[in-house]
Amino acid sequence: MKKFDFEELKHTPATETISILNGAGEVVNQDLLPDLSDDELTELFKQMVWSRVLNERSTKLNRQGRLGFFAPTSGEEASQIGSNFAMTKDDFVLPAYRDVPQLVQHGLPLYQAFLWSRGHVDGNKFPTDLQGLPPQIIIGAQYVQTAGVALGIKKNNKKTVAYTYTGDGGTSQGDFYEGVNFAGAFKAPAIFFVQNNGYAISVPREKQTAAPTLSQKAVAAGIPGIQVDGMDALAVYAASKAARDWAVAGNGPVLIETLTYRYGPHTLSGDDPKRYRTSAEEGEWEEKDPLIRMRKYLTDKGIWSTDQEKEWEDEVNKQIDEAIKKAESIAPQKVSDFLKNTFIDTPAVIQAEIDSYTAKESE
Amino acid sequence: MAKMTMIKAITKGLDEELKRDEKVLIFGEDVGRNGGVFRATDGLQDENGADRVFDTPLAESGISGLAMGLALEGFRPVPEIQFFGFVFETMDEIAGQIARTGHRMGGSRKLPITLRAPFGGGVHTPELHADSLEGLLAQTPGLRVVIPSGPYDAKGLLASAIRSDDPVFFLEHMKLYRSIKEEVPDESYTVPLDKADVKREGKDVTLISYGYMVQESLKAADELAKDGIEAEVLDLRTISPLDEEAIVASVKKTGRAVLVQEAQNQAGVMGQVASVIAEKAILSLESPIGRVSAPDTPYPFSQAEEIWLPNKKDIINKAKEIVNY
Repeated sequence: MKKFDFEELKHTPATETISILNGAGEVVNQDLLPDLSDDELTELFKQMVWSRVLNERSTKLNRQGRLGFFAPTSGEEASQIGSNFAMTKDDFVLPAYRDVPQLVQHGLPLYQAFLWSRGHVDGNKFPTDLQGLPPQIIIGAQYVQTAGVALGIKKNNKKTVAYTYTGDGGTSQGDFYEGVNFAGAFKAPAIFFVQNNGYAISVPREKQTAAPTLSQKAVAAGIPGIQVDGMDALAVYAASKAARDWAVAGNGPVLIETLTYRYGPHTLSGDDPKRYRTSAEEGEWEEKDPLIRMRKYLTDKGIWSTDQEKEWEDEVNKQIDEAIKKAESIAPQKVSDFLKNTFIDTPAVIQAEIDSYTAKESE
Repeated sequence: MAKMTMIKAITKGLDEELKRDEKVLIFGEDVGRNGGVFRATDGLQDENGADRVFDTPLAESGISGLAMGLALEGFRPVPEIQFFGFVFETMDEIAGQIARTGHRMGGSRKLPITLRAPFGGGVHTPELHADSLEGLLAQTPGLRVVIPSGPYDAKGLLASAIRSDDPVFFLEHMKLYRSIKEEVPDESYTVPLDKADVKREGKDVTLISYGYMVQESLKAADELAKDGIEAEVLDLRTISPLDEEAIVASVKKTGRAVLVQEAQNQAGVMGQVASVIAEKAILSLESPIGRVSAPDTPYPFSQAEEIWLPNKKDIINKAKEIVNY
């Protein structure tokens, strides 16, 4: 593919997986190579390294009991960070539960992401200017909401997009179809990412659907769909950037399927990938690692070094240390506050419960 | 002031709110050009523009999700679910998403959404068009469930619902749409949420109900009066959260309660009302609480509606049983 022909892709399923950097870090598609400065390329890679370090530290913090729910992200850095890197702070993100890295890069303070993991409501008390929602738990629910946010953006004449994430399993949900169809019907500026990591917990991609690709599901909704090498940050970024430009220009939504892999389990709550995939398969994907090829590309360009990476990892570790300390210092939650947040105009029966719990909490 | 039906009062109320606040949006299946299958939105698209009143694709979860997204972008959505029986298709977006967001986000975002749907039996619909599923919604924290019993309350409650910064589910009983007329002021007015209303004063027994059953209760009270029984009729208006104060005050006054709902008996709204009375007014009771409700089957085939639905006669019989206990 030499250019993103979204008009054509509305009617014809994409047959090619877009790739820009191969596994060895060589550019295989000059035509689609995104126009990123050296600083931007470095920043993109730094965010990917940040995400990898965050995954490793989060896993340890979970084992130590300092974090709660965690859905591992290693292997998905190109897909997650590459897509998010194409968006702006004014765009509205609707993440799924594995998409914490994007949410933090979009502006959620890391200690709040940790609070969310630890099961504390303050993690979801979003700053007023943060355009986004907390990670969605119900698979696909964010897709219909994305259509709504995107229609609102259009009605408000803003030059931004709503962007959302689900996995391969998510494309089987009714909400997936309703979301892309509504956004298409309203020609709303929405970018729908399907991060196809091969498994919905344990159920392999080929058991979800007879469709050869997930991106082709876009065609039924009359919107363009493309499939991208999800281990290639430049390909994901280029596709996302082109999709965003297309949507902001008033052409309607785009669906992007990224082919990726999670190295770890579904979550740290007891999933054992050995029950449903082979170590040979895991090894094959690890050879496609998104960081290895990007690191090679930047090193060959002379804009990145091992020393720089070590220094950056140290800094990230420091940020994580500070964030977890801050998360651990937050005061416990109060049921009386939950009750206050359940309604803005507090009804009498709820007020009685607030009074009762306030008394109980001051004992 | 003019006498009008509930459907006209609702249309007028929607029009007033569209004109009062440019952020109000009305959307759903057939609500645009067609004006809704019951004509609740008749003429509103012509009057207010297709940007404000518009048709959506046919998918209920999509409609509620659209409402949530639009609310996050600063709008005040008033989506219509074409029939309440279709609510199962969108229970996650309503109960799992919209109603929980205030709690989930620690009060940092608001969703001023008013979902509307016609419901209730007695008008010979096909299956899954007439069900009284309000108990499902009443069990959903964070959601107000408002049900008017006539034209005046409908317009005023609808205005309060749309202006509220909390999510509201506004249920319109189909049999009330065109069966009664009331004086409805031309100007805009509100009827408070979370407040029950004494529709008829009495001293011997309280008939507690909502929606169409308020009308049956009023008819029952007329006939009971002929037999010397003065029944008070309390209209809940908001079924969740309940106006416990009004329930307790009325029961303390009359000493007897008959709880009337069109929905099936099991886990119905009136089960909660009975619990409130038992907790807070039991020493005022002179006889057991009486229940009038539908049997615990799915909503019946339309030819059996008349025998299945609770009616005036059931209420009279139960009230007499309680008064003569």
